[in-house]
Amino acid sequence: MHRELLRSLPRLHLAVCLGAAIVAGLLVLVQAELLAGVLSGRFTPAVLLPLALVIGARGALSWVQGVAAGRTASGVKSLLRHRLLARFQELELSGHRSGELVTLTGRGLDALDPYLTGYLPSVAVAAVVPVAVLIRLFVADLTTAIIVLVTLPLIPIFGALVGMTTKAVTERQWRALARLGGHFLDVVRGLPTLRAFGRARYQASVIREVADAHRSATMRTLRVAFLSSLVLELVASLSLALVAVPVGLRLLSGSLDLTTALLVLLLAPEAYLPLRVMGTRFHAAMEGVTAADQTFALLGEGVSREPGRLESSGEIRLEGVTVRYPGRDDPALDEVSLVIAPGERVAVIGESGAGKSTLLHLLLGFVAPTSGRILVGGVDLADLDLDAWRRRLAFVPQRPHLFATSVAENISLGANASPAEIRTAATEAQAAGFIDDLPDGYDTVLGERGATLSAGQRQRVALARAFCRPSAEILLLDEPTARLDGRSESAVLDATRRLAEGRTAIIVAHRPAMIDLADRVIRVSAGKIVDDRVRAGGV
Amino acid sequence: MTWMTWIKGMAGRLTVAALAGAAADLFGIGLIASAAWLITRAAEQPPLAVLSVAIVGVRAFATGRGVLRYAERLAGHDVALRAQARTREELYTSLIPAGPLTHRGADLLSRMVDDTDAVQDLLVRCLLPAIAALATGVVAVVIGVFLLPTAAVALLVGLVMAGVLLPLATATASRRWSARLAPARAELASRVADLVHGAADLAAYGAEGRALEAGMAADDRLAALERRQARTGATAMMAGVLAQGLTVVAVVWICTSAAAGTITTTVLALVSLVAFEPVLPLAAAGERLTGVLAALRRLREIKATPPAVHEPSTPVSMPSGPLTIEIQDLAVHHSGRPALDGVSLTLTPGRRVAVVGPSGAGKSTLLSALMRTVDYVSGKILINGIDVRDIASDDVRGVVSGLTQDPYVFQASIKANLRLAGPDASDGRLEQVVQAAHLETWVARTGWDTELGEDGRTLSGGQLQRLALARALLYDPRVLLLDEPAEALDEATADDLMTDLLDATHGRTTLLVTHRLRGLEAVDEIIVLENGKVIQQGTHAQLLKASGYYRALWQAEAMLTS
Repeated sequence: MHRELLRSLPRLHLAVCLGAAIVAGLLVLVQAELLAGVLSGRFTPAVLLPLALVIGARGALSWVQGVAAGRTASGVKSLLRHRLLARFQELELSGHRSGELVTLTGRGLDALDPYLTGYLPSVAVAAVVPVAVLIRLFVADLTTAIIVLVTLPLIPIFGALVGMTTKAVTERQWRALARLGGHFLDVVRGLPTLRAFGRARYQASVIREVADAHRSATMRTLRVAFLSSLVLELVASLSLALVAVPVGLRLLSGSLDLTTALLVLLLAPEAYLPLRVMGTRFHAAMEGVTAADQTFALLGEGVSREPGRLESSGEIRLEGVTVRYPGRDDPALDEVSLVIAPGERVAVIGESGAGKSTLLHLLLGFVAPTSGRILVGGVDLADLDLDAWRRRLAFVPQRPHLFATSVAENISLGANASPAEIRTAATEAQAAGFIDDLPDGYDTVLGERGATLSAGQRQRVALARAFCRPSAEILLLDEPTARLDGRSESAVLDATRRLAEGRTAIIVAHRPAMIDLADRVIRVSAGKIVDDRVRAGGV
Repeated sequence: MTWMTWIKGMAGRLTVAALAGAAADLFGIGLIASAAWLITRAAEQPPLAVLSVAIVGVRAFATGRGVLRYAERLAGHDVALRAQARTREELYTSLIPAGPLTHRGADLLSRMVDDTDAVQDLLVRCLLPAIAALATGVVAVVIGVFLLPTAAVALLVGLVMAGVLLPLATATASRRWSARLAPARAELASRVADLVHGAADLAAYGAEGRALEAGMAADDRLAALERRQARTGATAMMAGVLAQGLTVVAVVWICTSAAAGTITTTVLALVSLVAFEPVLPLAAAGERLTGVLAALRRLREIKATPPAVHEPSTPVSMPSGPLTIEIQDLAVHHSGRPALDGVSLTLTPGRRVAVVGPSGAGKSTLLSALMRTVDYVSGKILINGIDVRDIASDDVRGVVSGLTQDPYVFQASIKANLRLAGPDASDGRLEQVVQAAHLETWVARTGWDTELGEDGRTLSGGQLQRLALARALLYDPRVLLLDEPAEALDEATADDLMTDLLDATHGRTTLLVTHRLRGLEAVDEIIVLENGKVIQQGTHAQLLKASGYYRALWQAEAMLTS
């Protein structure tokens, strides 16, 4: 079970953590031995000193266990996080739900803590300590040892038995509880809609009714489910009674000495305790296992193809390219063939969902053709060194992402540009004006916790990125003026015109002014090229 | 302190849970005390009759403890579930009049829902264990006072250290650590979000390496902090072990020094040992308390959010019959900046007015102001001459409503999603609106009672929009508002829908917000908004004659679709 997870654990820290837990568990035996001796009067009160030392050692071991457990947990989380982060590129581009990825990498992995710091050590202790206690009991007093030996398995047996019979029911209830939380979140999110239809106040009573119904159903189940804990509790405490009463009677008849009797009384509960602790930690731990499973499922997903090494330039040729996205019936691009000569400026038009963005993503290497191939100067794109190829591209996406760093870093993005070059790029993209107005100019931090820019401003920062790569020969623009108002549109348009000069440009466009920049217009519809003409008046 | 008031409301159930929990722990003390007494007294070999009470005691305490634990767990869960339901209902009720929540972000919203679990934790993980620990501690010390007062003092000191000082220390440490961990977590979250959401930008510009490094560095910083926090936790664990063990050693030492006898010494030593069992978990409870209190503070802040609009103290009732809406020089501010800046328009019964303009021009704000979900700073909105500020906002939305921005699809059946706009609508009526919204094929294929997924993710943008439109038509308000009904539809469907829509709303008071101009020749008046101001106004024919935004956009549309 959880083999993959266990394999990724840092061995040393884990070994220290489990070792400390086991030794501390075994020291309880020594502690019982000394305490029983002092109480019965067999040992002198001076033995209290070694007893205190044993307790001190248990304390120190529990500290070591805690520290090592913390190191194990943070080590595993870091390892998994690093591996996830390294795979994000492929995962996100292959269309994963981004919210899920962000949550899993952040809070999701924290669910591993109870598994690593609580459950695993308790398993180790449960495997060793009850056996040691039993051995000591056998040496001390056979009758007690047999009573414990017979009753001890009742804990896992009853735990499993009651667990099995109630598992389905309890799981259904916990799922219902999760659904209840989901329902509440659903209602809160939909509050504006409820308000619009005058149903907001009514829904408050629905929340109450649903919760009440859920509670009575849950309590009905719990009455049965908690019987398991009743049984476990009874086994543990009744066995103490089972041990104590016969021991008392045998003391009465003189067939047992007090030291042994006290030792038995102190040790017997220690046989049951580790198993009960393990049981109580099991549920919290399983959440972490789920998170780990999700992580490994993501990490195990189709490894990307062997990277190519070739470099090439020249005309771009698509030969019968079809792209199908998983889970969609219709192909995004259907048998598209197309040649784009160096220096050509091509506008791609068509309805949304026609396949225009897919065309750009193909050229960027974000998606690979399901069938057909793309040639750059006669070399298959799949054989090109993708990084070198992308260095020759400048891409302005439909919704550029601004990173939570400074404006300057957002513009240079990967390029080693000097502040002067960044400034020039911003000026060319007509972005210098508003950047200078920002509180810290080019050092202003953007993003959720920083300054926010309007859609037009974001678009111009993205254009500045393209200007910041003077060596890029091919310009890929995805509807750079969509969602812009008239004035921003003209600013972006001017910048784009200058950017396209002397470069191959493929521009997904909606607005006529943007189409005007091109000397060739391709219309895409339902994944096919339905029209391809050189514009009258084009170059 | 709302949770205080309702803790009082549940006092009965809480008392039962607390009593059961405390009694279970006390039975544990009883069990160990009677067993210790039984064994040490038996060693003196008295007549059997002397031991019989102790034998009965041992068996009774052992059985009772199990049963009481069962009762405690049942009562505790009942209280917890009630607490959660109450908190959620209260939170929801306080959200109803509040401003729009959309700006809070989806993540913050789900965190708010998580926060409602805090009250549950406060009771089940902090308050009830503390009560049980207190009862156990008091009883153990009282036993000590009867047997040997000096030993009782040692026990008291040990219990106070483990049950009061240690939890206080962990609570303080946890507060300090969460203050340091929170920014590190936020930093990691934003790096991760950058890597995920910016994946395309990073790949295109070959900048993955640097972003990846930044993400890993953020993770390393968080991991280092977590390791140091684990050290604090480990120290607390050690302190607990030492407090328990050394207290027992001290008690035994005091007893032997005072020559208290084997029975007294053993009973006191074992009672001391067991008395710590409910006390030691309080250190973890102290740690959790910090998070609970922070969650409760956040909930209080949400509850204190001022309402979006001021409700009149003595509301005027909504006039019956056809309605005329006059907007005079209306100004609305969003976080200090004008979103609407002196807009006037009149909507007379049966007239259809379209509002067009670039995004951010204030079109949706205008509808929100009409629906009384945002307040305005100056100007007037009059319904049949009555100031809307004198009418209850619920009443306004009862007659002025429709398809709003970002319509929401609930995780419920198609039928239930429609019925929320018309709880008493007949099935025939539902079919009618579904047809009007061009949704009948999809509904026939999907099924009326099929549950729609989270966030309506099983729907395409177009289906969602049409479902919302069907809902608006079912609600059938006297003044119909439609915010971008054709958004996210492909051209052909959008054209069909607009044609049907303009047919269906014929003779109905309608305010239509759109960015597409096709079909607008059918409406009575078009208003062009830009930067919160009316820049053009007239019929389609009039606006086409004048140069300006409208004609430019019309030509652009014509060119693209030709």
